[in-house]
Amino acid sequence: MANFLEISGKGTLSQLDYVGSLNIQLWATLRAMRRALPLVGNVHRWRATVRQMYEIGVGALPMVALLAMCSGFILAMQGASELRRFGALHFVIDLVAVGFTRELGPLLTAIAVSGRSGSAFAAEIGTMKVTEEIDALKVMAFEPVEFVLAPKYLASLISVPCLSAVANFFGILAGGLFMFFSTHLGVPLYFHYVLTSIELRDVLAGIIKSVAFATIIAHVGCLEGLRVRGGPDAVGRSTTSAVVRSTFLVILADAVFTTIFYFMGRT
Amino acid sequence: MPIISVRDLVVEYDGRRVLDGLNLDVEPGQITVLLGGSGSGKSTLLRQILGLERPNSGSIFIQGTDVTRCTQAELKRVRRSIGVAFQNSALFNSLSLEDNVALTLREQTALAPTIIDLIVWMKLAVVGLADFGKLYPRELSGGMKKRAAVARALALDPEILVFDEPSAGLDPIVAAELDELILFMKEAFQITALVVTHELASAFRIADRIAMLSNGKLLAVGTKDEIRQSQHPRVKQFLNRVPNNPVHAPALAAYMEQYVQNREAKS
Repeated sequence: MANFLEISGKGTLSQLDYVGSLNIQLWATLRAMRRALPLVGNVHRWRATVRQMYEIGVGALPMVALLAMCSGFILAMQGASELRRFGALHFVIDLVAVGFTRELGPLLTAIAVSGRSGSAFAAEIGTMKVTEEIDALKVMAFEPVEFVLAPKYLASLISVPCLSAVANFFGILAGGLFMFFSTHLGVPLYFHYVLTSIELRDVLAGIIKSVAFATIIAHVGCLEGLRVRGGPDAVGRSTTSAVVRSTFLVILADAVFTTIFYFMGRT
Repeated sequence: MPIISVRDLVVEYDGRRVLDGLNLDVEPGQITVLLGGSGSGKSTLLRQILGLERPNSGSIFIQGTDVTRCTQAELKRVRRSIGVAFQNSALFNSLSLEDNVALTLREQTALAPTIIDLIVWMKLAVVGLADFGKLYPRELSGGMKKRAAVARALALDPEILVFDEPSAGLDPIVAAELDELILFMKEAFQITALVVTHELASAFRIADRIAMLSNGKLLAVGTKDEIRQSQHPRVKQFLNRVPNNPVHAPALAAYMEQYVQNREAKS
């Protein structure tokens, strides 16, 4: 019994320590992010942010587009196989359009970015810790949070919602292609139906989710990198941990947001 | 008046005392060598002097500022007067050699780009790397990386230069070249240098004063001759390279014989 209490207590303290570190880092980075903004901030930080945006956004574009196309096609086919039985094949358009805008677009993008950029953040920062580059920044009178973390945060906050919009477009386009091949519905007409089925709150829900997911991915990736202690093997562990934790937290946040929007939509 | 003054410094990690009431003065314009074996507390003392960690008690005054109690702004000001060449060089891998040296000049001074280019060339020329500015750290040999780290440390013309294990991992010729470089910089720029090393030949070549550290305590501080003549048993052991636990060949042979007999008896 004492052993069980000891283990559970240790686990709880460890998780509390992690959540505490996330909060401290979030506050420090939000304060430093002002310096990464264009015009009002430091031009070097903004340049670093643009480089990061290229890495996170442009680099992930083909992957996200392909992922969204496949998922859109799958969703349309699965929906059609059931809806056809009730003579409601046209509802596939609503299913794909609303499903992607509210849910699948931001979620698929977050999972792709988490695996691609979240792990890269952890590996880069972890390596910088191991090779004393973070210490070098400090003794050169730079603020590592501003120098390393802030551009990654800002770039994620800009890139992930943009990528989500791209994912939405390609996912919905895949649904249109399915409808064209199965019912000969013209693509322009399909997009007309899509626009009538989506409401502003669907778009807002998607944007809010993708901003939250971007924060989680950047946050966890950077924290895992900064928590690296030891040698190169620790960098490998932190990279794995960054992907696992950020994917888990993204899905958890998605569940929370979806529940909130569900109850807000009912009232 | 000493440029660096360490007073009653105590540092503990998980209840284990790493530095035990340490007192040390570094005089301006001199090369002070911190000599000691592995685990003696050299690197910990260096991290404390650089303000990378806070001690349990005691003070470190650098040019009159107590870096253990000062504000972040004061610490940054102090750090701008210190150049550090890390053990693993800690060059930024994503930047070329020129950009590594130019980083602080671009971000912490208002100098024109042409002047910065000239200064960077001069710093690289001092360490013999003027023709290698376009290369990236991964393209350099170990000795070149160490010299590049010195060039970066010199960027802001610091009053104090700190070297962490400058000869570690280098062949004797390159290590000797680095020693000559440290001596040249002292003569040319009247720099105060603090060198952490366990290499006896290097220490006795470059030092004006040597501080011998063991188990978190200073055993002896003095000129090269004073250290050579020290009667402290640990200092004599270190200088004469006498091992702590010599391997007893007969005991080892007896153990091996018994091991083989046990294996034979089991089979």
